[in-house]
Amino acid sequence: MKAFLMHAGRDFDLESELPAHEQALTQDLELETLLRTMAAGDELIVDVGRRALLLSLGDPEAIIYRQRVLAECLEHPEVVRDLYGLAGEALKAEKGVWGALLRDSPRNLLGTSVQKMEVLVEFLKRVRALADEHADTFSSRGFTRFFAMLREELDEPYFEQIESHLKALKFNRGMLMSARLGAGNKGAGYTLRQPREQSLFGRVFDRSGFSFTVPDRDENGFRALSALEERGVNLVANAAAQAVDHVHSFFAMLRIELGFYVGCLNLAERLGELGGSPAFPVPVAGGDPALSARGLYDVCLRLTTSEEVIGNDLDADGKSLVMITGANQGGKSTFLRSIGLAQLMTQAGMFVGAESMRVNVCDGVFTHYKREEDETMESGKLDEELARMSQIADHVTANCLLLCNESFAATNEREGSEIARQVVTALLEAGVRVLFVTHLFDLASSFHRRGGDDALFLRAERGADGARPFKISEGEPLPTSYGEDSYRKIFGRPIDAAPAAPPQSRWQ
Amino acid sequence: MSSTNGRAEVAPSTFRSILFDRGEPAAGGPAGEPDFFADLRLDQIVGALTEGREEYELAGFYYRPLHEVESVRYRHQVLGDLEQAALLVAVRAFAAGMQQMREHLALMAKLRYERQKQRWFLEAVSVYCHTICALHERLEGLELHSRGFLGLREYLTGHVKSDAFATLAHDTQGVEDDLAAVTYAVHIKGNRVRVSRHEDEADMSAEIERTFEKFQQGAVNDYRVRFRGQADMNHVEAQILDLVAKLHPETFAELEQFGRRHERYLDETIGRFDREIPFYLAYLEYIEPLKGKGLTFSLPRVSTRSKQIAARDTFDLALARKLAEEDAAVVCNDFHLTDAERILVVSGPNNGGKTTFARTFGQLHHLASLGLPVPGGDVRLFLPDRMFTHFEREEEIETLRGKFEDELHRIQEILKRATSSSMLIMNESFGSTTLRDAVLVGSEVVRQIIDLDALCVFVTFVDELSRLGPSTVSMMSTVVPEDPAVRTYKIVRKDADGLAYAAAIAEKYGLTYEALKRRVAR
Repeated sequence: MKAFLMHAGRDFDLESELPAHEQALTQDLELETLLRTMAAGDELIVDVGRRALLLSLGDPEAIIYRQRVLAECLEHPEVVRDLYGLAGEALKAEKGVWGALLRDSPRNLLGTSVQKMEVLVEFLKRVRALADEHADTFSSRGFTRFFAMLREELDEPYFEQIESHLKALKFNRGMLMSARLGAGNKGAGYTLRQPREQSLFGRVFDRSGFSFTVPDRDENGFRALSALEERGVNLVANAAAQAVDHVHSFFAMLRIELGFYVGCLNLAERLGELGGSPAFPVPVAGGDPALSARGLYDVCLRLTTSEEVIGNDLDADGKSLVMITGANQGGKSTFLRSIGLAQLMTQAGMFVGAESMRVNVCDGVFTHYKREEDETMESGKLDEELARMSQIADHVTANCLLLCNESFAATNEREGSEIARQVVTALLEAGVRVLFVTHLFDLASSFHRRGGDDALFLRAERGADGARPFKISEGEPLPTSYGEDSYRKIFGRPIDAAPAAPPQSRWQ
Repeated sequence: MSSTNGRAEVAPSTFRSILFDRGEPAAGGPAGEPDFFADLRLDQIVGALTEGREEYELAGFYYRPLHEVESVRYRHQVLGDLEQAALLVAVRAFAAGMQQMREHLALMAKLRYERQKQRWFLEAVSVYCHTICALHERLEGLELHSRGFLGLREYLTGHVKSDAFATLAHDTQGVEDDLAAVTYAVHIKGNRVRVSRHEDEADMSAEIERTFEKFQQGAVNDYRVRFRGQADMNHVEAQILDLVAKLHPETFAELEQFGRRHERYLDETIGRFDREIPFYLAYLEYIEPLKGKGLTFSLPRVSTRSKQIAARDTFDLALARKLAEEDAAVVCNDFHLTDAERILVVSGPNNGGKTTFARTFGQLHHLASLGLPVPGGDVRLFLPDRMFTHFEREEEIETLRGKFEDELHRIQEILKRATSSSMLIMNESFGSTTLRDAVLVGSEVVRQIIDLDALCVFVTFVDELSRLGPSTVSMMSTVVPEDPAVRTYKIVRKDADGLAYAAAIAEKYGLTYEALKRRVAR
């Protein structure tokens, strides 16, 4: 019995390994902000959401499957939240059955398992009832299959069968077990058997063989008998405990898969309160470098700021390189993040922060951001940046997306530009799509001079009076950045020292 | 050479030992750990080699260097054969089998109930028979070249075909089969226990599994309790076993007679092989992961005459293991001595690998004297009559003068006992005195070693010692030119020049255009 609400034909895997660069992605795209809002205090949703975002779907059809289920969740939030709550309650009630403290005792395990099963069966009945009530109002592929499965598998005869098992496990007629000779002639392979005579008591002992009685005062003898029973029950206790696990895992999986949708509900509700307008993006199969959006905004910024968040339009269909230059504090980083977030959210089957968006499904999102915290250890900074880029090179492949934010600014412009030029050129030729925010004029202008249809140059706009509207639009790189502005603003005076001559590039 | 021909060359009676070409020599006094072991970290190596193999008492074998080229060759041949993976598998399986057999016997001795003892004895003999047959069968299918293994195979062929062994194997199998066929049922109700023949009643756990498997989402937990494998029985189990025996009287009578008939089943020569072969296995196992890291090992050419020694890509075997565990890189070094050269004088920056180099040199010669593969390639080594080491002592000596004098005492002792065939490893001598004294005394000591014509590594901070004549060769520890704080741990002949560390930083990370194009698959 599978929920299959996250994927059409397989479970959502909460155990699979996250990509090697997940920390960088989480940090650079501020995924924690997104996840905290989705979770609204529920840690499970953080986990599920993290995996859904970082382990992207690679197929537009799989994305649409999730989008449809999510769309229905948005229509019937209360049913989805009820079902999620029921799964959680079942797990909590099962946990409330306390096992005996004695460990390594199959008999205790069996007793506890029977009790837990009795509790879980009640919840199975409630899930079944919920399916009966609401199945007709859902029509997405995911939910239709799910409700049909519940009604088919959890029928009345099945519940009767379970109850007959639970009764047999009380052993009112003694224990019959088979065995063979194991190592050192000790009994081995103990297997509990259903006694054949089911009629009257006493009949069982009327068989061939030999018997003995443990004397009443032989305490060691009774301990030995009890130990033997433990061995005999071992496999059955295992089966019963596994049965509990199975039912548990069903509820757990249900909770995990619904957790994602509950998280999306939470996010949608919060964005709604903040005036955001989420929309389902159109995913396009890989290969065609589609990337266009209307009113694309940074969801995380919307969640954390009370100020107005500007949406940007983007037309980068067919562009492998998008180079973004312009004023400091001009919204370049925010813009870059809005694209990265939208890409991950699209491939998680979520809505995105935009009025509309069309984007191709990529094979992986990578980020290479300047790291503020490294500024103390100046000498190792370029080293550190290169090491991170090298790690990216270990994993990046064709049809991946790389977001660079002020990469290689840790050294002088000529050197940084040269390193970046070689890296970007090689990656583009390898089929990687690169979005690069930089104030390295040498770098940006060299790509601009190179021309070509597959490159797009955007600039952070600056108002006439130096005020910045955080609008990004097409525009060639300009030779100066706006560092002087920032300097003057913060220090209250202009830069007076002449810039030091940059050292010779190593490659010249 | 075909295996049949190979066998014909060796008469069965000649095989005695896989370690010693003329049988194990009489032990010359207590085989304690040699004095130089700790200085060369050979104690750590042997510690690792013998750990978990205490039953074989291997250390003595590793303490005892061979002094004849022929004896070394005998082991080289054995190791040559062991390079065949199939032989290694065969021999390892044999060792594991014999070990298991001993465990069974030890257990048997501890147990109380006769029917249990009888069964464990049967088990021990069974393992023994299978182990020997398996080894013989596997050796038959291999092309062997060493005198040692050819001799062993010849011996085994004779042994396995003997009537005594055939009877043993046949009896064992018969009793085992009968016991394996025994099944029974136990019914417990209250304090009554009934033992009967088992009929086909339904398996309860299987029924439960069937009912609930539809809920299964992923891998299943295993809740079966692993009952502590207590080998002995309690009296209830023993009573049950007696009743099982009553249900199967003939089978249990056979088991009882088996022990009496085959009390002395173990062969002495096979027993000795079992004790000796771990000498090789332990070492091969030790170096295996290092080979996996790309480090080179080889069988050295050895001589008792030529002092034209050399090694390429060699390293400290004790340190390499530690570094490999930490997944750190091992730095390899080369050395060679030609013509009149006898003494490697190692100087240069501290913590640059000088001591490690000296140890490597000493280890290499001891390992070569054991007939084992040594770290490095193209290795030519000398079989010394004695190995002497002089490393700075840890213990507290009040005054510098006291320390200096203690050092001199020890050096004098070494020079008195060393011959032209000895090997001297001198490490950081005279650190406790002034430079002038160190030059003076050091030069004098080196001159004496020159006169002795012995092979020597002399680690010192005194450059002058490297220029005392054609016998001395200067080697230096080196640093990265751009960053003198970074040691390379490379020890090179002559001074390291400040050749620019040309590789650009991007190159270091494989991020140049060309490098990246190669790395990222289109």
